[in-house]
Amino acid sequence: MTIVRISDDAAALACGADAVAAAFASAGCTVERVSTWGMHWLEPLAEIDGSGFGPLEPADVAAVLAGSSPKAIGQIEQHPFLARQQRFTFARAGRTRPLSLEDYAATGGWAGVKRARELGPEATIAEVTGSGLRGRGGAGFPAGIKWTTVAKAAGPVKYIVCNADEGDSATFADRMVMEGDPFMLIEGMAIAGFAVGAGKGYIYVRSEYPHAITKLQSAIALAVPHIAPFEVEVRVGAGSYVCGEETSLLNSLEGKRGEVRAKPPLPALEGLFGKPTVVNNVLTLAAVPFILANGAQAYADVGFGRSRGTMPIQLAGNIKHGGLYEVGFGITLGELVNEIGGGTATGRPVRAVQVGGPLGAFHPPADFPLPFDYEAFAAADGLIGHAGLTVFDDSADMSAQARFAMSFCAAESCGKCTPCRIGSTRGVELIDRIRARSGRRPGKVEALPQMHNARKAPRKLGDEIELLEDLCETMKFGSLCALGGFTPYPVLSALKHWPEDFGIAVPDQEAAE
Amino acid sequence: MNDAQELDGILAAHHGREGALLPILHDVQAAHGFISEDAVRTIAKALNLTRAEVHGVVSFYHDFREAPELRPVLKLCRAESCQARGVEAMVAALPDNSRVAVETVYCLGLCSVGPAAMVGDTVHGRLDTARLGALVESLA
Repeated sequence: MTIVRISDDAAALACGADAVAAAFASAGCTVERVSTWGMHWLEPLAEIDGSGFGPLEPADVAAVLAGSSPKAIGQIEQHPFLARQQRFTFARAGRTRPLSLEDYAATGGWAGVKRARELGPEATIAEVTGSGLRGRGGAGFPAGIKWTTVAKAAGPVKYIVCNADEGDSATFADRMVMEGDPFMLIEGMAIAGFAVGAGKGYIYVRSEYPHAITKLQSAIALAVPHIAPFEVEVRVGAGSYVCGEETSLLNSLEGKRGEVRAKPPLPALEGLFGKPTVVNNVLTLAAVPFILANGAQAYADVGFGRSRGTMPIQLAGNIKHGGLYEVGFGITLGELVNEIGGGTATGRPVRAVQVGGPLGAFHPPADFPLPFDYEAFAAADGLIGHAGLTVFDDSADMSAQARFAMSFCAAESCGKCTPCRIGSTRGVELIDRIRARSGRRPGKVEALPQMHNARKAPRKLGDEIELLEDLCETMKFGSLCALGGFTPYPVLSALKHWPEDFGIAVPDQEAAE
Repeated sequence: MNDAQELDGILAAHHGREGALLPILHDVQAAHGFISEDAVRTIAKALNLTRAEVHGVVSFYHDFREAPELRPVLKLCRAESCQARGVEAMVAALPDNSRVAVETVYCLGLCSVGPAAMVGDTVHGRLDTARLGALVESLA
């Protein structure tokens, strides 16, 4: 009997994988539901004896089984999209059934936690430190140092918290880990718990990921014998973007409003319920079993500068070949967008690429030589964030995108600090005036003679742009967390690279030449 | 079983759990469709919180409703990646159908196969104007 393997990842389901699987089943095939290879433009992708077919519809099934399908893509493993990748965290992607303990153990599962127990807690942390692993949530803080702080903190009760509140647009790697390889995440948390002396772990998953929540809950129940005495529990968020910030996530876990906490105290010392807490992103914890099983050096051998190891990069938006691309740091932005991503899905020229989600900068094609590295992006006034790339074609209106960045911040601000809460709303109004080219006359109160400091002359476009830059400066340096602090990145980068969209006359370069 | 008994059952199921408020609110909303004032009062009493504290949490999170939504709900992603795929033009072209609640969400994590939407736990990708329109009509 023919065995057909089809993913049950949400991206595959959204493209109709269940109907295709049912069509194969009714044609007499045995259908196995596996994780996704990450080639999302080919979903639903069916694999028969290593050969791939996609994107399929139920009507294609007969031709696939007859061997005459025009949707055959050859051997999946040799596909050019996969050939250049270095898959450490996503080594099992496409190959295993997510909830099969048998598949997990057969592909090196539990080797990391076994070695950690042999090494002991201190040597386990030394391995993580030696690997150079940095937090994959966006900040890039060295994981080993965070773990050391928690391990040295006094107190019998400590927690491991997995931040699975993946709210950035263009990111889905966390979701793919949770849906495709949940045991790896659980193993990573168990290693972290063993290393720092924590008995309980929470995975805080956003409510927009119902499939991930179900998979994790099933996986945790199955994994109990492998991770005991460590316990893991899933907690579901409630639609708040800011809860992806670690301190507001902790407040949310405690059952409070997801308001950001001031730091210090660091969560490593006073975190969940005031106890020492490791808060790590899904991808950080998911990288740990590989590091323990293969040794720190195997991980550190790959990478660029101070960014060691691999980064699961997510190609999204208006891109021809969207999906997951895990590779060592150092690959350039241009390679990712043009060579690997194949340019835009619409076939039009690329105008902008936003890297790092709603708080990341927009990069013009001139930035394409930038290597993917925390420091290189910081030097170019951008950030890697959670490594999501949103590609826009030349129909994008960049002042509208800047306005969206401000309105998103206004909608999702927790309200604790003024620059973010008020600044974002003022930013929307300001960009609206800039887009309308309306300028602004002083209001009734501002015009009063008593208002000595209020400006009496009408504001023109140039004044408004200056005000926007000033506002961004205030938000960047005055906000408590990255939401208000990083919203200026998309706004200022749009203003810098596409001034014409804001009505600023650009010197005519051709005339100058 | 009436609402009050159901609420008591939910509270009993979460008794002694650390940070129980969000799981309780999720369960109450799943059972009743929204979080009523009466529920807020009962939950506050059970957790030894003030009503203001519970109300503050309910109103903070986008997911929790303070009034029932009786229409079928379609959650449409309008974040950057779906914008890059033209979701805003699709929204503008949506058929005027007051029998379906089309709500905006920021990111369903289907950014490589957008524009995307979710109805209940069912996800839909690669939407265009016609497919989104048909989806809305099918719910009405």
